[in-house]
Formats: sequence, structure tokens, C-alpha cells
Amino acid sequence: MDYLLTEEQIMIRDLARQIAVEKIVPVRAELDEQNKFPRDIMKAIAQADLYALFIPEEYGGLGKKSLELCITVEELSKACVGVATTYASSALGTYPILLYGSEEQKKKFLPDVATGKSLVAFGLTEANAGSDASGIQTTAKLEGNEYVLNGTKQWITNGGEAELYTIIAITDKSKGPRGASAFIVEKGTPGFTFGKKENKMGIRASSTTELIFNDCRIPKENLISKQGMGFIIAMKTLDSSRTGVGAMGVGVAQGAIDEAISFAKNRVQFGQPITSFQAIQHMFADMQTQTEAARSLVYSVARYIDSGAKDFSRASAMAKLFGTDVSMKVTTDAVQIMGGSGYMKEYPVEKMMRDAKILQIFEGANQIQRNVIALDMIREATRAK
Amino acid sequence: MHIIVLVKQVPDTSEVKINRETNTLIRDGVPSIINPYDRYAIEEALRLREKHGGKVTAVTMGPPQAAEALKEAVSLGADDVVLLSDRAFAGADTWATSYALSQGIRKIGDFDLVIAGKQAIDGDTAQVGPETADMLGIPFVAYIRKIERVEGKKMVAERLMDEGYDVVETSLPALITVVKEINEPRVPSLKGKMKAKSLKVTAWTAADIGSDENKIGLRGSPTQVVRIFPPTPRGQREILSGNVEEQVASLAKKLKEQSLI
Amino acid sequence: MSVKVKPDTCTGCETCVSVCPFGAIEMKDGKAFITDACTLCGACVEACEFKAIEKDVEQAGPAKDLSAYKGVWVFAEQHKGEIASVSLELLGEGRKLADKRGSKLSAVFIGAGIKGKSKDLIAYGADIVYVADDQALKDFNDDSYAAVLTTLAYQHKPEIILAGATAIGRSFFPKVASTLYTGLTADCTVLDIDTVTGHLHQTRPAFGGNIMATIVTPNHRPQMATVRHKVMKPAQRDDSRKGEIVEVKFAQSGAVRTKVLKTIDELTETVNICEADIIVAGGRGLGSQKNFLLLEELAKVLGGAVAATRGAVDEGWIPYSHQVGQTGKTVCPKLYIAAGISGAIQHVAGMQSSETIIAINKDPDAPIFNVATYGIVGDVTEILTAMIKKFKEVRG
Repeated sequence: MDYLLTEEQIMIRDLARQIAVEKIVPVRAELDEQNKFPRDIMKAIAQADLYALFIPEEYGGLGKKSLELCITVEELSKACVGVATTYASSALGTYPILLYGSEEQKKKFLPDVATGKSLVAFGLTEANAGSDASGIQTTAKLEGNEYVLNGTKQWITNGGEAELYTIIAITDKSKGPRGASAFIVEKGTPGFTFGKKENKMGIRASSTTELIFNDCRIPKENLISKQGMGFIIAMKTLDSSRTGVGAMGVGVAQGAIDEAISFAKNRVQFGQPITSFQAIQHMFADMQTQTEAARSLVYSVARYIDSGAKDFSRASAMAKLFGTDVSMKVTTDAVQIMGGSGYMKEYPVEKMMRDAKILQIFEGANQIQRNVIALDMIREATRAK
Repeated sequence: MHIIVLVKQVPDTSEVKINRETNTLIRDGVPSIINPYDRYAIEEALRLREKHGGKVTAVTMGPPQAAEALKEAVSLGADDVVLLSDRAFAGADTWATSYALSQGIRKIGDFDLVIAGKQAIDGDTAQVGPETADMLGIPFVAYIRKIERVEGKKMVAERLMDEGYDVVETSLPALITVVKEINEPRVPSLKGKMKAKSLKVTAWTAADIGSDENKIGLRGSPTQVVRIFPPTPRGQREILSGNVEEQVASLAKKLKEQSLI
Repeated sequence: MSVKVKPDTCTGCETCVSVCPFGAIEMKDGKAFITDACTLCGACVEACEFKAIEKDVEQAGPAKDLSAYKGVWVFAEQHKGEIASVSLELLGEGRKLADKRGSKLSAVFIGAGIKGKSKDLIAYGADIVYVADDQALKDFNDDSYAAVLTTLAYQHKPEIILAGATAIGRSFFPKVASTLYTGLTADCTVLDIDTVTGHLHQTRPAFGGNIMATIVTPNHRPQMATVRHKVMKPAQRDDSRKGEIVEVKFAQSGAVRTKVLKTIDELTETVNICEADIIVAGGRGLGSQKNFLLLEELAKVLGGAVAATRGAVDEGWIPYSHQVGQTGKTVCPKLYIAAGISGAIQHVAGMQSSETIIAINKDPDAPIFNVATYGIVGDVTEILTAMIKKFKEVRG
């Protein structure tokens, strides 16, 4: 399929693909096995200007948009979702600053994000606030010129590795959802420490930790936008990044198809390559059709967002939902086609299957995506009356 | 530091296969790439520039399409490029190639170091580096696996040898060739790729570099290829006959004939 | 100086298009057309059965007086005063060439405290040994080694100079060839001499080993070549041989530009299979770890490395670092001996580019025979044992 990418978009895709092939594929099994953070790869990604991609030109970036980010994330995910998650989470953590940050904040923080000097993390989830973000218990209290943060964030991607953290905390409990605010916290701030590194089923190259705030004092200039904007900022951030998760699904699905088909062509049973069996052929046909459909949706939504659309919650939720559900199905089928070999760690598809699972869970579980989609449909139908 | 990197555009020989029926090379879809060893040379030049400042100039000799290799060097971070291209260069062996390169480098002027890959994967001669150094009248050190330090007009580096390595000190300017142990080459940057895309590469001709026409191209080449043939054909496999001793004896004879044992 | 197609003779058969290693021939109006990518290698000239392609050879300016050049020289490499084994191979090959041409064989011997070994070179076939023994020549140095050889070559005008294609030979020989303005052919595997013209036919692999090229230096002398180690047969020692030892003075001209600060030996036990010229590989068909040891013995005899299929690695007969195939390493040695390997595509993918493949398997229908150059059908253990014995004899 030709998605009519511009010459520049093709250049970006080829570059991300080169990083995937040369830098990620040779080490992905080791990173997975050893739960090892891909520091060298992040350096290569930085050197290739891919962190600059999503930063506006005035802050040292290249000013590219969602589609370019999706293309990049897709290519990285073809090789390793763990690495792609590390990269994409930096974009996720940057969105609050990009969307709502002041000029001073942008000038101060974004140039280092663009060069890759600062990796970023987004801190929303807590032990009692998963799908229900209103359960947040971390607090931020204004004392003179400083906010004092207390509480613990859980399962934070890039925890411990990132230099910058955008944190959602409660500034006024009495106001409910309107009492949350967003802050920028720099690594090394006294009172800010990390909990243990999680031992995960998949995306094991990525770092996931707790963020622990214990009377952590940050300058009040690190408040993003105004007090009380926390939830709006969080929701808009997730709306913007969700399409990228769909792109991760497309990438890992395509990676699994590519592995499975090159295996199947050479795997002989009953005297012929198993690709000559219709049962296998039909599986491949379905896998590629689903992946292509997901890719089409992801690219369309990315283009829609890039066109300047304001309300794209439903669209991005659909891209995330479909792209990641497809990835789970396709990677499972890839393991099935490869049989015993697929189940073994010598081939990458079992890892792809483990990695794909998280895509249905994080950045809003797919059940939540369905809620978003359905509620928006109902709202629209109600308005239409 | 001004560092000159010598690069060569080569067919990706790892993609070349032999058609076992006709005993010819299957070239279809074999891409032209920058000689893999040259990527280590470019990387080392970029690292030296990052450490000591200065600039990196990539130089190649070849047909007009060899400009692609220079563009790749730019996408990786090279500041400047020089393409030596002229029909009169065609058919050059290592001597005539080295002559043209040395003339081109003279025209570029001031430099502190020339770096090349240890050899090109299409010819595998490893001769152009040392011959170019000789023609430029500068010292040559082969197989560098680590540059320890550059201090003023001196460089200390590790040279890979057959039984270990030497720590060698050389005066600068010098020409060195590097082995793959020296570094891990980077991938291009997006900004570099964009710069490369819009780059117009102009070629220096034989006349531009003031070359003696008797020393370039086929005319200037002492060696001549008189025959090209495929190695022992595959597919015309031979199942050896006889008892074990006879089979092994006939195998030994064949391998000996081909100097394989 | 070009390759030309005679349009009237060209039948448009496209044979040349497929034989051109450089992709420099296209079809235009049903005739072959040579593009700028042509390197004048002449592969098409040879391939064209209609003689429609010509390479015009109004080459290379005024020829030197070639008749002034006589004798075969070899550069006798030494490490810490010990003559390198490749030097004996060069003496063996050099002797043959000199005898064919009816000329003398000389060795050039450079180092410090090596004079005493000069007579060994005579015992191995040299008629004359030029020995430059000087403290300043203790370490290998491109400048001083090249200066010694270049000066001697100017004085004595040899017809041929050979060196081993070693780190040292391949480093400083080009400098000598550059100064002498003569041809140098690297990494030769076959040498032959035209007894009338004295032209040395130098054959070497090119294009990643996908093709062989024969190269001559028609109008320049001396003809220089480096020769791949372990390809030529080493000379036999004969202490009754007589010869002349000529001591050469070394004088440092100008400042010392490069110097070796220290030399560190680091020979490792394990041969990297990717670098090995000869690989002996085994699969599950070997049946046991004990039989796998036969491979190691054979590899030792041949100076090669041991590799394995995934199956053999899984059995724990050999570590993973020796695994060849899709999930292991890709290798392309000159000689690959596959013993007890069925030839699953996953394994074949990692070794099919090997120059010569010998397959040993009891099943005549095993797919490994499809990629083999030579096949032996039979009991693997028995054949390996016989090979070890035979190759020991052959290699002396």
C-alpha cells in the first residue's frame, strides 16, 4: 500500500528503519532477557534527530507532527516495542509542556528534549488511580514560591531514566477533578526518589518505576498552565499521544508478520513449505489485512490531528483501540504459524506477543477507549436531535 | 583539525549471488552502498571533530553516481565533499586511483589527517590508502583499532597486527586506515539527510586536479585484469565414489589442486 | 582505453549484461551498451561468443626496458627473530617461479639481530639473502621497511617481488609499489608465470569472493604481489643448499615519522568462525559429543575453526558462539566441511556463500548435498577419521 507519504516522511521512515535494523534488532533479545534499559539506542535516536521531530522549530526541533511521530514509532516497534515505548513516552511526557506550557517553560525545557539530552516521563497513574484518574492522591501545596509535592506515582515509564517528569497532582481536594494541576519536576530535586524497577511481562527494555515525592519542593514556575487544569491537560495529552500507541500496534503486528512469513517459506512439513497450505495462507491474508486496516486508520487519524482538528478524542481512541487489538491478534497468530519455534525465545515473535499485550492496557485500557468512543457517539447523537 | 575521509561506493557484495546454472553473478537488486569499512572511517573523523573541533571533508573518486556515497557522508555529519569524476579516470587500478586521490587531496590543501577504511569490499586490496599516503609524502599507519590521543602534530594509536597490536606514534599529517573494532558507526541524522538531499555535488575533473594524463585511468594503471571467472561452480556438485579411502583420497586431491589445503 | 561493442556483430543476446560484475552494460535498441560504470575488467569480452565486444589496449605509455629486470624476490617476514611460516610458503612458490623462468630466488630479510637466521632462508630455497640487520629495524615500520626494499629494488631490479598477505606485507608493500610506480596485486591465491614474457599471472578473489580475477602487470617491473597465507605449499628444508648472504646497511634518511611505542601479543585460543578460512562444522548427525571431538581434530589438522548447527549446540556439544545459521552466525570461508548436517534452510542460510562446501551425510537425499561442491555419502565417523589421517599426510 502506498500512503502517499511525502519525500520527507519517507526519509524519516527510512531513518527510523535503519535504527531499528542496525541498532535495535541485534540487541533486542538481550534487552528483553536482562530487563536492560536501551541507553545506547536512545543515544542513537537522539543523534539521528528523532527527538527533535516533535519539538517546534523555535525550540530547536524540526516541528513535525503526529503522522511523522507515528511513522517513527511504527518502525521502532517493528523491531522492539520496549524501545519504542521508551521513545514514545518521552513525547507523551512532553505533550503537557507543548500543549499548555508557558513560553518560558518551553524555552527552558524543550531544547534539551529536542537534542535528546532530556528524556521525559509522564506521571499520572497511582496505586488507586488507574483507569479512574480521579483517584489521584498525590498532593501539591503552594508554600511561598514553591509547591510541595507528596505522594507516590506508580508504573511510570522512563522512571529513573528521564530527566524531566510531568506530574499530575491534587492542589485542591475539595474541587474534585477540577482540583488537579500539572507540574514539571526535574530529576535530582530533593525529596524526589524512585521506587523499584518493575519486572514486567513485556516491553522489558523500557524502565518502569514508582516516583516517590516526599516533601519535594519545586519552584512555582513549574506549574503548567493554571491550578485546576491538571485533568484537562492529562486528557488532552492522552488524546494526542494515543494515535502513537495505535502506531506501535501496527509496527509490532507488521514485525510479527514479516518474521512469520520468512519462517513459513522455509519451513517444510508434509514435503512442502507450510506457506503452500491454505490454512496458513488464509491466516497470513487476515493478519496483513487487519494490519493494513489499522495502519490506514492510524495514518488517517494522525493526518486529521495534523490538519488542526480540535476535537479528536474519539478518532484517536479508535486508532489506539483498533491498532492495539490487531497487534495482539496478529502477534498471537504469528506465534501459532511458527508453532514450537514461535514459542521459543530464539525467535522474536513470542516477545512480540508479550510486548503487544501492554498496548491494550496502557495509555487508557481498551475498555476505556470503547467508553470514550461510545460516549462521544451518544453525545453526538443527542446533539443531533 | 581538518580531517579528510576517503570513501568508496561499492556494490553490496554480501547481496551478490552466483547463478549456479550459468555461473554468472546475479546482480539484480544488488544495491550500491558506501564501503562498510568507510563508515568506521567517517565515524572516527566525526568523533575527532567533536573532540578537537575543525571539519571533515569526504572525498571519493568514481562515476557521477558516486556522489551518493558523499551525500551519505554528509547525512552522517561530514562538512564538505569532493568528487573526483572524469571518464579519463575509468579503469584505474590502485596506483592510478591513489594518484588521482593524492592530486585531489593536494588541491584541497591543508589537512591534519586522512582516514580510510582498511579496504573496500569489492576489491579487497587495502592498497589505495598506503599508496595515496606515499604519493602525498606523509606517514601511513594501517589497521588502527583505537586512537589514543592527538596532541599537536602527533598522534598515538593502536595498530592491529596478526598476533596482537602495536601502540604506534606518528607525526601529523598522516594517513591511517581503520578496522571495524575502532568504533560503532552512527546512523545518519535527519538534519544531515535533509542537508544531503539538497546538496549539489560538483565534480573535479582530471584537468581540475592537474593530473598527468599518463598516470590516470587505464593508461596510468600498471596492472591489468586479463580474466574474470567464477570460483569453483556450485550446483555442479560431485558425489564422490568408491570406498571411504578412495573417496577421501579423491577429495584430498581436489582440495589440493585448488590450494584449499 | 575502452571497452567497445561492435553494433554490427552484437546479436543482442544479453549474455554480457549478466556477466558484467559491475552492472555496466545495458541494452539499447537491442544492442549492448557500455555505461560509465564500466571498469574495463573485460569480463564481457571473454563472455561474448560472437566476439562483438573489444577491449582496445592502447594502454600504458612508454614501456620500461623490461629485460633489465631479473630474478624472483620474496620478502621474508619475521616476528621477534623467528621466520614467519608464510615466508616458507613464499620461498616454496618463489623457487617454482624462479626455476620456470631460469632465474635466481632472493630473500629480503629485515629486522634486528636476525643475521644468524639468514642461512635458514638459503636452506629453504633462497639463492641470495639480502639481510638488513639494524637496531632501528627492530619494530615493523612502514617507512624503514619500504626504504630498505625500495633501495634494493632500484639497485638490483628484480622481476618479481612477493610478500605474505599479512598485516605487515599488506601495509608496507603498497608504499614500495607506489614509489617504484609498478603494479601490486593483493591477496593472490594462484601465481603462474609466462616463461617467455615473464608476465606473472596473479589470480585473486574479488567481489567478496564471488569472482576470481587474473591480473598481470604487462609494462612495469618489478611485478609485485602479496600472497594469501596457507595457500601455497611451504618449502622443504635442505641444509645442503648453498647461497650468498649480502648484508645491507640501513641508513635512516630524514626524521623518524612513526615509531612503535610498544607491542602487545594477544593471541586468543578461540578462532572467530567469521574470520576463519576453513570451517569444519557438525550437526546432530554426529550422534555424540565424542564424535564431535573428531571435528576439532580435523579442524586442527587443517588450521580451521569448528562450527555447529543449532541442533549440535542444543545438545550441548559446543557453545552457542560456534553456531552457524539463521539464529547464529553467517560465515563465508573458503572451505566449509559439513559433517552430519542435514541441511535445514536455517543452517544453510548461514553458510551457503562459502567458496567450497563439502557435505558428508549418510542420507544421499539430505538437502545439504544441494549446496555442496563435493559430497560424500557414508558413515560420518568413519569418513572423518579417514580425512584426519589423509589430510595429516597431505599437509605434512
